[in-house]
Formats: sequence, C-alpha cells, structure tokens
Amino acid sequence: MATHGNTDTSVVVIVGSGAGGGTLANELCQKGVNVVVLEAGARESTGTFINDEWASFEQLAWRDRRTSSGSWRLATDFPNLPVWVCKTVGGSTTHWSGCSLRMREHEFNARRVYGDIDGANLLDWPLSLGELEAFYESAEAKMGVTRTNGIPGLPGNNNFKVFYNGAKRVGYDDCHTGRLAINSRPRDGRPACQQLGFCSQGCKTGAKWSTLYTEIPAAQATGRLDLRPGCHASRIEHDKTGKVTGVIYFDPNGNEQRQLARVVCVAGNAIETPRLLLMSESSQFPDGLANGSGEVGRNYQRHTTGTVYATFNEPVHMYRGATVAGIISAESDHRPERGFAAGYQLETVSVGLPSIASFLDPGGWGRKVTEAIDDYANMAALWIIGEDLPQSDNRITLNDNEKDQWGLPVPNIHYDDHANDIAMRNHGFRQGSAIYDAIGARRIIQSPPFPSTHNMGTCRMSEDPLFGVVNKWGQAHEVPNLFISDGSQFTTSAAVNPTLTIVALAIRQADWIALEMGRRTI
Amino acid sequence: MTTRRAFIRTSGTIAGVLSLSSTSIIALAPARAWALELDALTTVQGQTLLLLTRHIFPHDTLDDAVYALVVKDLDTAAADPHVAKLLVDGINSLDATTDGKWLDLSSERQLQIVESIASDPFFEKVRSTAVVSLYNNELAFAHFGYEGSSFEKGGYLNRGFDDLDWLPPPPVEASPQP
Ligand SMILES: Cc1cc2nc3c(=O)[nH]c(=O)nc-3n(C[C@H](O)[C@H](O)[C@H](O)COP(=O)(O)OP(=O)(O)OC[C@H]3O[C@@H](n4cnc5c(N)ncnc54)[C@H](O)[C@@H]3O)c2cc1C
Ligand code: SF4
Repeated sequence: MATHGNTDTSVVVIVGSGAGGGTLANELCQKGVNVVVLEAGARESTGTFINDEWASFEQLAWRDRRTSSGSWRLATDFPNLPVWVCKTVGGSTTHWSGCSLRMREHEFNARRVYGDIDGANLLDWPLSLGELEAFYESAEAKMGVTRTNGIPGLPGNNNFKVFYNGAKRVGYDDCHTGRLAINSRPRDGRPACQQLGFCSQGCKTGAKWSTLYTEIPAAQATGRLDLRPGCHASRIEHDKTGKVTGVIYFDPNGNEQRQLARVVCVAGNAIETPRLLLMSESSQFPDGLANGSGEVGRNYQRHTTGTVYATFNEPVHMYRGATVAGIISAESDHRPERGFAAGYQLETVSVGLPSIASFLDPGGWGRKVTEAIDDYANMAALWIIGEDLPQSDNRITLNDNEKDQWGLPVPNIHYDDHANDIAMRNHGFRQGSAIYDAIGARRIIQSPPFPSTHNMGTCRMSEDPLFGVVNKWGQAHEVPNLFISDGSQFTTSAAVNPTLTIVALAIRQADWIALEMGRRTI
Repeated sequence: MTTRRAFIRTSGTIAGVLSLSSTSIIALAPARAWALELDALTTVQGQTLLLLTRHIFPHDTLDDAVYALVVKDLDTAAADPHVAKLLVDGINSLDATTDGKWLDLSSERQLQIVESIASDPFFEKVRSTAVVSLYNNELAFAHFGYEGSSFEKGGYLNRGFDDLDWLPPPPVEASPQP
C-alpha cells in the first residue's frame, strides 16, 4: 500500500478499478510503475458481499442517475437504469458471471467481412487476433479460465442439464459448461466454486475472478499502488501542448482535489469513460478531450440480448449454482443466410425470485406474469448475447438538464435497435425457444433485455484518427499520454462476452505504456 | 399527547389468518393469526391496497400475509405526504368510477376498473412496489420454492445443484464431475 502525493507528476493515474483499470494497475505496478487508482465506489470484500439480489444491488451497483432515449425497450422499461454496472472497488467484476471467451478472427474484421450495412458505422479493428493471442493466453492464465491451461470445466447444474438436453434435441452438438473465470479447483489462493448461485451479487467464496481480490491486492503488495476508494473523477486537465497533466476528483468528503499525472488511463466502463472525456472540454478541445474525430461517446454497443424462460412439469431450481453454467456457440459465426450479419451465443442464466417479476415482463402485471412465477421452481432460462452493430447516433451525451450529486451533467444513453439487431434477437428467441420446446416445456416466455451489462465502443480504436478515438494501444490519437483502458475502446462488439478481451487489452496496454515511458515519448 | 392520539385514530390495522393450504409459510410463522399495524393508512385503505395488489400480481394460493408485506411498504412510503396523497387519491378514484365501494364489487368488475387505471401513477406506484416487495421476502421464497441466501449453508454443491433426474445426465466432456 503506497501513498503518492497529489503533486507527484511521475505517477500513472487510472480512473476505475474494474476489469480494465484493476488489471492495468497491477500490470504497471509489477513493472515498477507508480500508480494512483481513483475509484468512485467503496471497498467491499467477500466477507461483506450479500446473498440477496436487491441488497447486493444497492451495495455494489452504479445507481447515480442516468437518462436514456431511443427506440430500445430499456428506455421504456428502465429509463433511469438502462445500464447495469458497478460502483465499487473491483467494478463490475464483482457482479460479473465469469464467462470468458476469445474474439474470433472475423470479428476483428467486421467491416470487411460483414460488408457495408445500411445505418451501421462498421470499422475493422486496427488489431488482429494474432497480435492479441499471447495476451489472451496471459489473461486466461491470470483469471483461471476453465477449459484453458489444463483447468477442468465446472460441473453442470440443473439449469445446464435442461439446456444441454434441449440443445442435443435441436442438433447443437457443442454445448458444454463453458469457459469461466471461476475456479473448478482451488487455484491462486482461492477456493473452488461452491455453487452458491450468487455470482452476480459478488462471489462470497472468491472462487470467481474479480480484480477486487486478485489484481488489486497483488498491485498493493508491490508497494506502488495508491488506491483511493470513494474518489469520483470529474475532469481531466491538459497543458498548452495538449498533453494531459492530471485529474480533478471529488474525495470521499466531497472536496475537490487535483492529482497530477504523467499518464492518465480511463477505465470507468463505456458510459462514464466518454462522459469524463466530454466533461473535460476546453478551448483547445471544444467538443471534449481527444474528440477531434467527434467519435467520443458514439458507436455505443451493448450486445443484442434477450432471455428465454421456460417452465416444465418437473423441478429445475435454476438458481442453484453458477449463473452462466453452460454455453452453445453454434450460432456465433457470421452466416448471412440467416437474415442477419454476425452471430450470437446462447448461455444459461438464472434469476432469483426477488427480481424475476421485474425481468420476466418489465412493467407487466396480471396472470400472464404470475402464472409463470407460480412455476418458478420448475423454470429454466437462457440468455442470447450477440454482436450488435455500431451506429453513429447510438451514443452517450451529456444531459445538461439533469445533474448528479456532484452537480455534473448526467449521461444520456441513446440507442436505437438496428434492423440487424432485431432480426438476430428474433432468431435467438426462436432457437432458444426450440431448445426448451424439444424437451417438453409447458410455457415459454421471451423477455426483452434487462439493463445492459456489456457496454462497449464509445471511444473506439481505429487505424485512421478520423474514425475513432484511440489507436491499437488504446492511446488517444490526439493526446499521447491519455489512454482508454476498458471496453470503450472496442471497435466492434463481437459475439463474445467482453471481459476477457478487456483484460487482454489491459495487459498489452501496460507493456506499451511501460515501453513508451521508458523511451520518454510519454 | 394530542398529536399522538390523532395519529392513532387515523391509522389502521389489517389482519388475517394463514390459510391451512399455506403449509410452507405456516412452518415459518410463529402463529397462524397475523396483524399489520398501519401508520399512515386506514384499515379500509390498507385492505383496498391489499386486494389491488392481488389483482396486479394474482397468485391464488399465495396467502394474504405475503400481500400484506406490500401494504406495509406502501404504508411506510406514505410517511411522505406526496406518496400518501397519491395513494389516498388513487384509492378514492377506484371508488369514484363505480356504482359503489370498489372493495364490495365482484372480482370481475374490480379487475375491469383496475385495467382502466393501469396507466395511472397510482397504479404504477403500487405495481412497482409490489414487484419487489411481494417476492423479496422469506414467506414468498418458501411459497414459490426459492431457497435464498446459500453461503452460510455451503452453497448448493452438496445440496442439489445437479439433482435434476428427469433428463439424462450430460456426458462428462460437457459437464465434468465436481
Ligand atoms: C450481472 C453482470 C454479469 C456479467 N457477466 C459477464 C460475463 O459473464 N462475462 C463477461 O465477459 N462480462 C460480464 N459482465 C460484464 C463485465 O462486468 C464488464 O465487461 C467489465 O467489468 C467491464 O470492465 P470495465 O473495466 O470496463 O468496467 P467496470 O468493471 O465496470 O469498472 C469501472 C469502474 O470505474 C469506476 N468509475 C467509473 N467512473 C468513475 C469516475 N468518474 N471516477 C472514479 N471511478 C469511476 C466505477 O465505479 C467502476 O468501479 C457482466 C456484468 C454484470 C453487471
Ligand atoms: S456459483 Fe461459484 S462463482 Fe458463483 S457465486 Fe457461487 S461460488 Fe462464486
């Protein structure tokens, strides 16, 4: 545990301690770099996590006001909570369910492979799978991903058994218990999964990887990390040459502070990251810091999702055990003959009784909702997660009419579903329903997306500075000592859960930052 | 104190007896009879909100005692005068649209009236409270078969996480042994 002075101009300041920020902090500290992490949330632990859906949400989730607009259903169903992310040390890796998949080659080349799609703002990544492979390997080893590094898969729970048998019947041969950053055996000082069934409430055994109890203590052990919980960054400052010089933040007492910096890395998740850049406008950067391209906040992606619930004549108890307990990847390739570009995964998901009524039919009431809940114990569920297309107007903007507790403009999140997203979701609903139908489901419910857990694309990587915000190292095209270190840098969303890629990119970025600092280019 | 007296006079009580079919709930309850004291609402207002909640989220075999938890949360929220007014006006509007007291009407007629107010803020207040309160409690857990917090019981690893036996077990390649 270190304390760096506010006027220490040698430190790297990282905003956020989640998947991106927490990993980057550790990697930099291991290389001898001094780091300050500003984290808006408090520090919890496996001991303080709560096995209770709503109480855990209040403890860990980001609940500051947000607004939303656009044709997506979340703007109607959860207008002030369209996004489900966390505000706590460890960020959303406290709530995540651990599903860890690599992107495939074609997904790095979305523009080239999918072609020119009307209304989509597609672009290829300035990066190939080959360049990222070694970092995926490091990330999987670090996180202890099952079915990699000789780590066995997790045993399937009841929800998986239903999923697997249905998958078999409809001809999906690749169904298994997935690649999860959850220990199936004790590893890395953490125990094996006890099948608590509260993965999305902070894993109380610590079997699930979270930066809270892996990367962050490892970084602290180097004596180079100054972690500051309860500190909300509100502005990034720069000098006349256009280099960033430090970060203004509210400390736990609500007082404004300035931390100077040699390098600033932003990893606040894909809503807060562009918001911070937009709030850092100046006469030199009138549209927001590093926003000469106008792309900051644009191309917001959140995956095409939907949930299929099914009830049976016999018990399932889906809530017992890991939330994501199985996966089918057979629909994840790009096969335009299905009527849409790109693909999707099917993953089991489980929702506890306390929140089932909120998610089954948001805003709904009456017997069509309650008859399904009457069969709660006999219910299974799966989640569709597919690549959604970047659209220029799907974007984060500052809502100057509404202020948060710091007096800062709240972010507005605008999203219109693309026709491709709708076609994909409908296909996923059909296939997901067929899986349950094939084994005698009594009732099938196709539910709209719950608040977005995967958030990407709002400061995207591009080869050409005209089309994106950062280069292939996550370094701002316009500001060499400013980095984006979370899913905001994704050029496209890919049909895989994002975190493994965020972690791989953070490991790679740390190498680059250390190298450039050594060369004194930053 | 007079204020305290006035307070007691305007507040009500709703009460009931657990039905014998609620076996899972009876196991948790100290006694079959239950009563809920209200701070802001009258007895009739409480009864109306309870029945309204039954129309919004109808579970025929779910005991009134669980619905009463929604009334309790609404009563607590009604400490805020704006919420109290929203609820009282809403209850009055249920009565105003009819030939008599909404509580006394047939269930079918009650539901018709509920449907007619389903886009009102009053309805949404009751619905959005109930969507959490009705299901986020131990009685509902017992009724619907949800087992709640599991950490202190060692999770489900040895308590049936994979006990489903009405489908063939997946092969070990797909689902390794624990
Ligand atoms: C329920 C749930 C299930 C999920 N399951 C999976 C899964 O199975 N697989 C997968 O790949 N992904 C999953 N995810 C997504 C995963 O959690 C995210 O992709 C990942 O955590 C994003 O990392 P990040 O670093 O961008 O942001 P986060 O992990 O969200 O961290 C951002 C941090 O920045 C802090 N912050 C933000 N703004 C500021 C500011 N201005 N000042 C100071 N601090 C700030 C926040 O408080 C937060 O702690 C899931 C998410 C949820 C919510
Ligand atoms: S199921 Fe496993 S990973 Fe999930 S919370 Fe329980 S122990 Fe942790």
